[in-house]
Amino acid sequence: MKALRKILDNIKPHVQKGGKFEMFRSTFDAMETLFFVPDHVTLKGSHIRDGVDMKRTMITVFIALIPALLFGMWNVGYQHFRSLGETVELWPAFWYGFLKVLPILIVSYVVGLGIEIIFAQKRGHEVNEGFFVSGLLIPLVLPPDIPLWMVAVATAFAVIIGKEVFGGTGMNILNPALTARAFLFFAYPSFMSGDKVWISDKADAFSGATPLGDALVGHIDKLPNPMDMIIGIIPGSVGETSIIAIGIGALILLYTGVGSWRILFSTIAGGLFMGYLFNLWGLNDYMNIPPYYHLIMGGFAFGAVFMATDPVTAAQTNKGKYIYGFLIGLMAVLIRVFNPAYPEGMMLAILLMNVFAPLIDHYVVEANIKRRLKRVKA
Amino acid sequence: MNVEKKEKEALFSIKNRKLLINPLHKDNPITIQVLGVCSALAVTAKMKPAFVMTLSVMAVVAVANVLISIMRNGIPPRIRIIVQLVVIAALVILVDQVLKAFVFDISKQLSVFVGLIITNCILMGRLEAFAMANKPWPAFLDGLGNGFGYGWILIVVSFFRELLGSGTVWDYPIMENLGVYNFGYKNNGLMILPPMALILIGIIIWVQKSKDKSLIEEK
Repeated sequence: MKALRKILDNIKPHVQKGGKFEMFRSTFDAMETLFFVPDHVTLKGSHIRDGVDMKRTMITVFIALIPALLFGMWNVGYQHFRSLGETVELWPAFWYGFLKVLPILIVSYVVGLGIEIIFAQKRGHEVNEGFFVSGLLIPLVLPPDIPLWMVAVATAFAVIIGKEVFGGTGMNILNPALTARAFLFFAYPSFMSGDKVWISDKADAFSGATPLGDALVGHIDKLPNPMDMIIGIIPGSVGETSIIAIGIGALILLYTGVGSWRILFSTIAGGLFMGYLFNLWGLNDYMNIPPYYHLIMGGFAFGAVFMATDPVTAAQTNKGKYIYGFLIGLMAVLIRVFNPAYPEGMMLAILLMNVFAPLIDHYVVEANIKRRLKRVKA
Repeated sequence: MNVEKKEKEALFSIKNRKLLINPLHKDNPITIQVLGVCSALAVTAKMKPAFVMTLSVMAVVAVANVLISIMRNGIPPRIRIIVQLVVIAALVILVDQVLKAFVFDISKQLSVFVGLIITNCILMGRLEAFAMANKPWPAFLDGLGNGFGYGWILIVVSFFRELLGSGTVWDYPIMENLGVYNFGYKNNGLMILPPMALILIGIIIWVQKSKDKSLIEEK
């Protein structure tokens, strides 16, 4: 560590304001704070601070995502060899998936961080850790065979239009990772939907439909059994398939308090509620599937745990969080069952509620003010 | 006689030139006043319809401005909106018929949006704000200027939407001739959808306002 400190101290004067390499100031700051706790102190006024700053929060989410990432890599390989009719050991399958997912991960980080650093430098901000998690989320919500240049374009779009336009980390209205996914979904639909894209290099004869795809066209009998869906050995986006891996992440988030349990549970409640409602209605086979199927199919679990609970784009008030989560779950199932063009409703439901979150907060706060005013008058 | 001569100013005095130039940048109907956005979203998927739409709006707003300006002292204030609408509607129907007669294909693509020029806020805005209070010549210039201001945004937006969304420019398959499809390039389907037009207009506003800080409104 001392050697590292020395190197950084040697470079520091050159990249400070007025130094030769001023244009790399942001890059340097980012690197320095990555290795060492910054020595800045508050200059005026007093603030209550605790030990959990953004870096620590982001690292927690990052760790929570690791199980889904590792399982996703293995599953990419497993699905590939399964479609070819071969059975392989754990490690070759993992290695295959690792080589598929790693390039997507690298492209997402390089493009996203590159843009963040440019903006930070221009605006004189610090580079912050906001993209640390988004950069990992993006590969996890994409199919394994997505062309890399599309990942680059989508990441750039998400970071610039989804985030920097509104003022950078903490100011964004929409979840950046989902913005990237939505961009790809609408821009290059043939790479993001259908039953061809979810298994990497699959054999032509093998059906590669996801459970959602099957359910939407009424092939309820073709759905994998619930245990497979919970373990996650089904085709799908890289990180979304395994409920167990996502569950481990959820436990980490809930235990550390980084993810809001209010949002998580109300999202699940919303999904189940709409599922039951459809059961009662029962117009077609898709409406009649057990409600809990909706929670374990597609990206519902992944979205509920890692996307809906994003503290920046979610509702801020406690009451608002219940409403926000419940509506996400409800909308996700509604879109899935009703709209044949969008088999995965979770992405659109979360983005929609991201937009409505400030409005929900506004009315919760207003109602609170009204209630308390009444008490004063009485 | 003398007094009249004094008031008369040159056809392209500084004031008149400003009428023509301001709407292009500092007072742009779309990016600054945020008027006429709906048609800008609807007709800009390709350059040809966007260009025809630009010409149509320019013609209607310029001629309507002149007509209303001529009649401005005779219009009773209470029914002025109706009079303005009659003038606009008559002109729009004329334009629509001309388009149907000469460029039927594009007229079909523009569909209802030619008719909807009537409800384009830029028109009513210019008539109310300018033509009702100014002489015909400045009103004509003002209409032309606003038509240009509306038009260049449309052309720029449609250029990018057509290039990235369909891979063509003015129906010329430029992407195919460059051979980029062989490298795995794909047209961006989002560009065809109206939301992307909104985002592109947003980007134009962003660039415009960061170049000219005086345009940023106070909070």
